[in-house]
Amino acid sequence: MAEAITFHYDVDGENFTSAGNASVQVKRKLRQLGFPPEIIKRVSIAMYEGEINMVIHASGGSADVTVTPEEVRIVLTDHGPGIADVALAMREGYSTAPDNIRSLGFGAGMGLPNMKRYTDTMEIDTEVGRGTTITMTVKVA
Amino acid sequence: MTNEYRHSVSLDRDKCKGCTHCLKRCPVEAIRIRDGKAQINANRCIDCGVCIDVCPNKAKKATSDKLEDLKKFKYTVALPAPSLYGQFDNLDDIDYILQGLLDLGFDEIYEVARAAEVVSGMTRLYLNRKDIEKPVISSACPVIVRLISLRYPYLCENILPIQPPIDLAAARARERALEKNPGLRPEDVGVVFISPCPAKVSYIKNGLGGKKSDIDLVLSMSDVYFDLIGVMKKQLTPEPISRTGMIGVSWASTGGEATAIFNDKYLAADGIENVIRVLEQIDNGNFPYLEFIELNACSGGCVGGMMTVENPYIAKARLQTLKRYLPVSENWDFRDDGENSDIPEKYFSDPVKYAPVSALSSNMSEAMEKMARIQEIHKTLPDIDCGFCGSPTCYCFAEDVVKGNADISECVVMMREKKQKAAKEKNHEDS
Repeated sequence: MAEAITFHYDVDGENFTSAGNASVQVKRKLRQLGFPPEIIKRVSIAMYEGEINMVIHASGGSADVTVTPEEVRIVLTDHGPGIADVALAMREGYSTAPDNIRSLGFGAGMGLPNMKRYTDTMEIDTEVGRGTTITMTVKVA
Repeated sequence: MTNEYRHSVSLDRDKCKGCTHCLKRCPVEAIRIRDGKAQINANRCIDCGVCIDVCPNKAKKATSDKLEDLKKFKYTVALPAPSLYGQFDNLDDIDYILQGLLDLGFDEIYEVARAAEVVSGMTRLYLNRKDIEKPVISSACPVIVRLISLRYPYLCENILPIQPPIDLAAARARERALEKNPGLRPEDVGVVFISPCPAKVSYIKNGLGGKKSDIDLVLSMSDVYFDLIGVMKKQLTPEPISRTGMIGVSWASTGGEATAIFNDKYLAADGIENVIRVLEQIDNGNFPYLEFIELNACSGGCVGGMMTVENPYIAKARLQTLKRYLPVSENWDFRDDGENSDIPEKYFSDPVKYAPVSALSSNMSEAMEKMARIQEIHKTLPDIDCGFCGSPTCYCFAEDVVKGNADISECVVMMREKKQKAAKEKNHEDS
C-alpha cells in the first residue's frame, strides 16, 4: 500500500477573496491522483464550506488533508470563538454570521450541515474561547 | 487516441526566443520551454490564444484558411461572426460589410448573428424545462467547453446541449444555397466562416459538436478585414442584406447572449482567468441561484478574439451604434407562446464528456508515490517560480522532474546556490 500523503494549508482570515483556495488546490491534487469525480466533489465541497466558516467566524485557521487510496481525511483547526451549542449549529438554516457577511451571499446556515452531508464521518471538537477542530473523512468505496 | 485534438495555435520556431512570457501566462500550464523553444502540450491546450497575445516576438500563430481557397468551390457562402461588425469605423449599417463580402467574391451571406438569435430562442425554451441542470452554461465559446471537459466533470451536464450558432448557421447556409441553386451538388458549396479567434478554427477542424462540421473553410477576421477595407470604400448604397436584430449583434460581446434569455438570473464573465475562478466557485456549489451562465475566454467577449483587429471595447462601443435602430430580433423561429415551443432533435448536440488529462498515473498507488516525490522535490526548490528551468512554476518543475520530462539540474537558482556554497567552502580552506 502506498503511504499517506499530507497537504497543509493556512487559511487566511483577513482575505475573503482567497477563501476557498485550499479547496481548489486539494481538488487539483485529487484529480492528479486519479480519484473518482464523486469523491473529489464531496471533499472539495466539505472543505470549501469549512474554509468559509473559518474565515467568517474564526479569522482563519489551518487545513490538513491526509490522502490514502482508501480515504481522504480533512482536519480544520482554528483558534476562534468556538461553537457554544453544536446541536443548534448543525441545524439547517441556523447561522451566527453577521449581516455584512450575509450580504455577500454567505451565512445561509448550510455550512456545517453540508459538511456533514458530503462526508462519511465528521467530528467537532470545540470549546468556547479556545477554538474548534473539525475532522472529516470521505471514504473511497 | 481519445485525447487527440487538432489545434490551430502553433509555434514559429525561428521566431521563438525561448523567453518566459507565454510560459507564465498559459492558464492551463500547457507550455514548457525545451531546448530554448516553447512547446505546447496538445492534450492540455484549450486554444484560448493568450500565448499569441503575450508573445513579444510574434512567434505564436493561429492557422486558418486563405481567401484564395474560395476557388475550390463553385459556390461560396460567407458566415461572418457578429464581432466582424464592430471592426469598422464610421459605419452606420451592417449592409456595407455584407456588400463588401459579396464584392470580395462570395456568392451569398448567412450571418452567424441570425443563427445566434435562433439559438437564443431555443435557449429560452430549454430553460423552461424542469428536467435540466441549472445553471445552464453557454456552449458558444469552444475554449470554455474544452476547459470544462478537461477539468469539471460535474459541470459537463450543465452545458447547453444545443448547437452553437456557427453550426446552425452553417447547416442553414448550405441548405439555402442548395435550395436556391438546384444545379449544385452539396460538395460544390463552400461554407466559409469568418472567425474572431483560433479556438473556433480548432472547434471546426475537430467537429467538437460530435458531428463533422458543415463549415468547409475558416478565414481569420483580421485577414478578411484588410481585404474588406479595400472594397468597402465604394460610396454606393448597399443592398439590404442583413437580417439581424439587436440580439444577434449583441452576441459579439460579453452579456449579449445572457441578456437574450430575458431573465435577470444570469451571470456573464469574460477573460480566461476570471472564467476559471467562476467555474471553481460553481463547482464548489457555493453560488447564488442562477438560470444561465455566459462565459467567454476573451476579454470583452468575441470582440476580444485574437483574430480581430480593433480593441474589444471600441468594437463594443461601435456595436452599440450599429444596433440602435434594429428590432430586438429578426429571427423568431422559436418562442414559448404556442406552436413552435419544442426544440427539434436535430438542433441538439452530443453531450460533453469529461476527459481528464492531469492524472499522474492510471494506478492510484503509483500516482500517490509520484505525488509524494513531487512534494519532496518541491520542498528543495526555491519556490520563486522564475521559469528559467522551462516550467511555469517550481511546483510544475517538480512534477516535470518526477514525470521524467526535466532534470533537477535545470534549476538555475539551485545550481547557483550550490556553486556559491562550493566557492565559500573553497575560500574557507584557502584562508
